[in-house]
Amino acid sequence: MAASVDNIRVITVLYFARLRETLGTGSERILLPAAVRDVEGVRALLVARGGEWEQALAPNRPVRAAVNQAVAHGDTPVADGDEVAFFPPVTGG
Amino acid sequence: MSAEIAALRRGRSAIGAVATFIGVVRDVNEGSAVAGMTLEHYPGMTEKAIEEIVSQAQARWNVLDTLVIHRVGRLNPADQIVLVVVASAHRGDAFAACEFIMDYLKTRAPFWKKEETGGGARWVEARESDDIAAGRWRLKG
Repeated sequence: MAASVDNIRVITVLYFARLRETLGTGSERILLPAAVRDVEGVRALLVARGGEWEQALAPNRPVRAAVNQAVAHGDTPVADGDEVAFFPPVTGG
Repeated sequence: MSAEIAALRRGRSAIGAVATFIGVVRDVNEGSAVAGMTLEHYPGMTEKAIEEIVSQAQARWNVLDTLVIHRVGRLNPADQIVLVVVASAHRGDAFAACEFIMDYLKTRAPFWKKEETGGGARWVEARESDDIAAGRWRLKG
């Protein structure tokens, strides 16, 4: 059976502050492999790019995440059309 | 600030206390002179995060009104970064809610400071003391 268009999941990923500078981009669209279901999966996908990505997003780095502009954790689900953001601990105020 | 407080108080005779906090850019941090800073934020999430923090404060204390203004972009030393105003019937609620909003804003609202020093620009590191300050409110719950 032909793959249905329903299986194609695209998310927008945003990067802020030091991460944005280190990675050299503030925003990109990513086609999600079928196995990627949550924030941890997206992060692992980015780490697999190697180089700066692997270093900046390594599991031991203090990276925070949001899904659709709400605080997220590793097991927060990610679905088609979601906006996923990665950023350092905040320093406002 | 006077104009903001006047607007908040106008016609509200139930207000018996107004607590305010102003955050200001210092000209020194971590031992280095600071010539200025740039505040980056996450448009959209920033507004939602502040609304959530304010609604939590309103759920915990008797608050009649609140105002939060946070600047973004480039700021010079002595510039005001953030203003929090809380109006309530009595001072206890106003003081506590104002401090709570600042503690939560510092650890949950998506803002990042980049300082300009003699050695170049550097991202400000998050402080553990800010997490501890925010954590106090959880324990009291």
